[in-house]
Amino acid sequence: MTYSIREALAAFRRAPGLAGLSAALIALSLFIVGLFGVVAFNLRRAVERVESRVEIVAYLRDDADPAAVELAQHEIEAFPEVRKVYYVSRDEALENARRDLVEFRSVLSDLDVNPLPASVEVRLWPGQRGAGAVRAVAQRIATYPFVEQVSYGADWLDKVYLLRRVAGAATAVLGGAFAVVAALIIGAAVRLAIFARRDEIAIMRLVGATESFVQRPFLLEGLLTGLIGGVVALGATFGLFRLLSGTVFALEWIPLEWIVGGLALGALLGVAASAHAVRRHLREI
Amino acid sequence: MIRLSHVTKEYPRSGRALDDVSFELRKGEFCFLTGHSGAGKTTVLRLIHMAETPTSGEVRVSGYSSTRIRRKDVAMLRRKIGYVFQDFRLLQDRTAAQNVAFALEVTGARPAVIRAKVAKLLAQVGLASKAQAYPSELSGGEQQRVAIARALAHDPLVLLADEATGNLDERATWGIFELFRSINSAGTAVLFATHDLDLVRKSVGARVIELDHGQIVYDSATVTV
Ligand SMILES: Nc1ncnc2c1ncn2[C@@H]1O[C@H](COP(=O)(O)OP(=O)(O)OP(=O)(O)O)[C@@H](O)[C@H]1O
Ligand SMILES: [Mg+2]
Repeated sequence: MTYSIREALAAFRRAPGLAGLSAALIALSLFIVGLFGVVAFNLRRAVERVESRVEIVAYLRDDADPAAVELAQHEIEAFPEVRKVYYVSRDEALENARRDLVEFRSVLSDLDVNPLPASVEVRLWPGQRGAGAVRAVAQRIATYPFVEQVSYGADWLDKVYLLRRVAGAATAVLGGAFAVVAALIIGAAVRLAIFARRDEIAIMRLVGATESFVQRPFLLEGLLTGLIGGVVALGATFGLFRLLSGTVFALEWIPLEWIVGGLALGALLGVAASAHAVRRHLREI
Repeated sequence: MIRLSHVTKEYPRSGRALDDVSFELRKGEFCFLTGHSGAGKTTVLRLIHMAETPTSGEVRVSGYSSTRIRRKDVAMLRRKIGYVFQDFRLLQDRTAAQNVAFALEVTGARPAVIRAKVAKLLAQVGLASKAQAYPSELSGGEQQRVAIARALAHDPLVLLADEATGNLDERATWGIFELFRSINSAGTAVLFATHDLDLVRKSVGARVIELDHGQIVYDSATVTV
């Protein structure tokens, strides 16, 4: 093992530029992934917060029959997704509006007639707050004849999910492109290292070193390159995170498992790229 | 210990290098392999080393068969075979001791074992005083001694020598040849490929196999005088 480590480090000394370039490209690739990680994580937290408050509001027609509404209230409460149903009368609606919408207090208090409709607010169980479940319940409620309009947060949620998908796709394309370039450069570095050591490799095979022993220094070199790239990417991501979160947004830092996963991804990328190159170029010697 | 049975070797472009070659080399035996240039001597040695596989026929070495051996076992087999070349093949950026140690390092020996073993091997080939010299600081004969010490690192069953004295003057040739004889008398078999018939003639009693155009035309072990 000490031999392999020594030789892997010697490869960095022999071609520091190429090794540095490989690490930098892996870093760039993982930096993009890291940025997406921060964004995705914070989006997820935001969605969770919204979902925990999500409710469906069914605005009632002014001519709604109170008895029918009361009956419907019990029916809705019997839906498996539904946790609680509240009835909000027109007066209560106005009172809530006066309390919540401070900016419009003067307008609201000057009104002669109450313009707000009565409504039924529906709260869902925690596991049932996904966009699909919310929409399904909302559509069922909309079928009651006395319901004027149903509003729910799903449109907004859909937009968040779409945003996340677009960001994810962009990350995959950009990060993937840099990863491919990094793999190519690692391949070139490994090829150079193999070429520089071809006499040694020939002697190793002559005296009975196993193929895995012959390959190990090159794989180790790839692993180190990937790890260095990962650490650099982590530092860069954290730097940008600090810069942004202090000023424009209140961001949360990604959890430890994601960081470990990112570093592992870098190491894996490095090993896979050099394994591929080793398998190709060792045969030529 | 080594047996070639009806071995034929064809190379894609140059055609048939060996044609129905059969012979056996026993433990501790000393055997010359002679023949003009291109007769197939190196090919025989490479087949035994399992660096080549026969086109047909079978090569058996120390229980391994060329028809069944796995990649990992090739490495294990090679630890039982020492190989010495005309051009020495030493690593130029390593000292004599480091060149010998290399063979042990890359097969996973422990440092303490390596140090003791290298000192013993260099003493055995008469180079104890040149342990720290680089190949460029050694004569041809001395470089070949380093190569022989390296070939002996794993206490092989057999030494394959391919024109091992081909680059040496007469004095050095005899020195190296004597070294091979003394290694052989300690129990290691030697297969000595050469076209130096002087060596063969002066080694009365040694076995000789002669190749011509890939065929065995003479084997002293099968000839009754
Ligand atoms: N790798 C190879 N590819 C193609 N042909 C080869 C290869 N190695 C050897 N040959 C051919 O096989 C034949 C035998 O070669 P080999 O090297 O075994 O001869 P040799 O007896 O060792 O000759 P020399 O005394 O010149 O070293 C030759 O005709 C050679 O051209
Ligand atoms: Mg030859």
